[in-house]
Amino acid sequence: MRPFVRRALLTGLVASIPLIHLSLVGLVVKLDERDLVSGLLTIGATIPIIISLAAGYRAATPMRIGEMVPPSRSTALVSGALTGLVGGMVVALFVWIVDAFPVREVLISASPKLVDVMRWGFDTTTGSMMLVAGATTIGLLGATLALLPPNLRRGALTGLVAVMGLALMQTFVVQILTGLPLESLSDFLYARDGMTEPGAAVTLVGLGAAGWAWAARGAQLRGGFAGLRPGQRRTARFSGLGVALMILITLPLFVGSFLANALDTVGLYILLGLGLNIVVGFAGLLDLGYVAFYAVGAYATAVLTSPVSPALTPQLDFWVAVPVVMMVAAFIGLTIGAPVLRLRGDYLAIVTLGFGEIARIIFLSDWMTPYLGGAQGILQVPAPQFFGIDLRQPERLYYPILAACIIAAVVAFSLASSRVGRAWTAMREDETVAEATGINTTKYKLLAFSLGATFGGLAGALYAVRIGSVFPQELNLLVSINALALIILGGIGSIPGVIVGAIVLVGLPELLREFSEYRLLIYGIVLVAMMLLRPEGLVPNRSRRAELHEGDQGDTQVWDEERWDRETGVETPAPIIT
Amino acid sequence: MTHVQATTTASPAPPASVEDAVLRAEKVTMRFGGLVALREVDFVIPRRAIVSLIGPNGAGKTTFFNLLTGMLTPTSGSIVLDGRPIVGLAPHKIVELGIGRTFQNIRLFNEMTVLANVMVGRHVRMNASWIASLLRIPQVRREEQLTTERARELLDMVGLDRAYEGEWARNLPYGDQRRLEIARALASDPKLLLLDEPTAGMNPGETAQMTRLIGRLRDKLDLSVLLIEHDMKVVMGVSERITVLDYGEKIAEGTPEGIRANPRVIEAYLGKQATAS
Repeated sequence: MRPFVRRALLTGLVASIPLIHLSLVGLVVKLDERDLVSGLLTIGATIPIIISLAAGYRAATPMRIGEMVPPSRSTALVSGALTGLVGGMVVALFVWIVDAFPVREVLISASPKLVDVMRWGFDTTTGSMMLVAGATTIGLLGATLALLPPNLRRGALTGLVAVMGLALMQTFVVQILTGLPLESLSDFLYARDGMTEPGAAVTLVGLGAAGWAWAARGAQLRGGFAGLRPGQRRTARFSGLGVALMILITLPLFVGSFLANALDTVGLYILLGLGLNIVVGFAGLLDLGYVAFYAVGAYATAVLTSPVSPALTPQLDFWVAVPVVMMVAAFIGLTIGAPVLRLRGDYLAIVTLGFGEIARIIFLSDWMTPYLGGAQGILQVPAPQFFGIDLRQPERLYYPILAACIIAAVVAFSLASSRVGRAWTAMREDETVAEATGINTTKYKLLAFSLGATFGGLAGALYAVRIGSVFPQELNLLVSINALALIILGGIGSIPGVIVGAIVLVGLPELLREFSEYRLLIYGIVLVAMMLLRPEGLVPNRSRRAELHEGDQGDTQVWDEERWDRETGVETPAPIIT
Repeated sequence: MTHVQATTTASPAPPASVEDAVLRAEKVTMRFGGLVALREVDFVIPRRAIVSLIGPNGAGKTTFFNLLTGMLTPTSGSIVLDGRPIVGLAPHKIVELGIGRTFQNIRLFNEMTVLANVMVGRHVRMNASWIASLLRIPQVRREEQLTTERARELLDMVGLDRAYEGEWARNLPYGDQRRLEIARALASDPKLLLLDEPTAGMNPGETAQMTRLIGRLRDKLDLSVLLIEHDMKVVMGVSERITVLDYGEKIAEGTPEGIRANPRVIEAYLGKQATAS
């Protein structure tokens, strides 16, 4: 009991810190402008709720006292309430300070509006008491959540997250539903500002039930899939892919220009991620200068197609230029790859980082200005034409990007499960042994480098025609970092991981533009949470999961003592000549 | 595939004829700066023989292995495999020419499955180019299938349970990891198999099994085997010839009986006192 109480007090104190922080940076007030459920609850007001809920939940989980000890039911509930109480009191104190003293002269976000939000509009005494009582109740709820059976908890969380997501993405969801056309559904779900009460309730219950069903029956479903005959399984898989493809193809028809633009950005990063994943994920070569190939692709496209390219103006058609661009990028990949082949690990990372910067500086240099335009870049990169249709609009450029992503995914997927992929994996695992096992590591490193470069170049070409101009300033280190971060977020070496990573890391920020001042803050929170909760990535491939969750219960069998005894003990040593 | 069905009763070892040698090393010297790890070592491995290389720690045994497999290049001397000089060739080339090896401290591809480990070993005997792999042409699929079958045969041959083929190599018990390493080496169809302390860290039961396995593999696969080993039971039990290294020099060579009686060998292992008494 004692340790649980101590932990509850501590959790309450600690949980108040992020809430105070988010208040002082102004996020709470900013989000208070948006309604979650119209007229009932703002998104800003949900921040304290989420934090209290999480703290209460945390206070009711099993605790390591020598070994993992789960709290008794009553201890759990008391802990949860206590956590909320302590946190609520700290926050109430904080709000009182903000209210009573001129803190705002230093911390501009400590506004009367903030006080209003936190006290739910009541006066000092009532509001503070409401705050503490509310936090305690929600802490208690959090503890209840921890006591629920896992499947039910999964359902409850799914429902809550779905309501939050739908409310945050209101503009886009409305637009999609209107385009579909499912305007009546949109009217049911949303009021002018925020979700309608019935809409929110139905979402919460409906998607919550779906989440619960998936948690309860999902394994069975997957088992059923595995139990199909190979032929049937292939059919099932192909029909799944077919449906996904149909959705992807029709997507731009109803999402509108803004969303299509966001999709294009995501698509370009998927392409970059897939290319870099071959180098980093498959072959295990940490390349931090991947932007070099992106830049080469963009510049090569600009030079080959733009009528105002400073020196050469072959003015090729985009479709003629693309294969040339890819070959140029592959060649650059080989020339950069060759000298760094002997380097491993950190050293390789540092040298490639250098190459990335060198590329940018060369494009910017006076030396190259007569050919590449220096800081002025190259303008008027014409849009690709497809049988007379101009593809500049985001909704139309989407298709070449989609096609490129599909090609890259197919290439990566086919190679991963082939002789080549095995050679790469072996090389990643242990380069010396791979060589001693008969793998020409030089050849396979160069292959990985140049394939990665090819897709980087292709992404660069699409980027150039999308923007219509190329400037060296935009082809900076951040592109490499983003591409690498999305691979890691998704799960290194995993192809679906790249897609999910790009959507989360590039797509969400595009959609949450209105909160762009807080972008890096949210980014940071997400990354830290990821590293703590799922270091293997969102959609890991099997091997990484095994590596990082060593010792967890799960699908990997770590050590079989019985088998060891059986195999070694039973056999009596045969007589050997001595 | 035919050799899998070979008889389970071990055929008697052929006489070690030095005329028909699978590997011939002459005057091999390896210097690391001022340190001479190997000095003018002559070495012959007769075809289908099991030869052991023994000697105290630091005698240069593993260095010799690294020279044979191309991981090191000798300072001077020649190494000829089946009539082809192999000094200066890259390790993967030497695997292709027919030398497979295992490592003293097991070095598997830990985060690959057991089956994939063996399939990687087969790499040099496969032809699929990256373009062909990309397009998954029928020949490639056929080759993949044959490789999978062959890998399974090898797992059977070294005595690894098929149920473990989808398991991560790292999750296997120690003894099985040794077996898997041998299967991986065998996958490249070597003429000569180098085993670096295959029974290190094993209990007597496992050691006996491993000893039998080595003999059986030689008979089934027409292998020549070179063995580094410290366990004298294994060495005396399995090898037709023994070479003894000490401080980088070959101090003795011969049959197990001859080596056991050789005073220089006893001296190297036990010190001068032992010979005197």
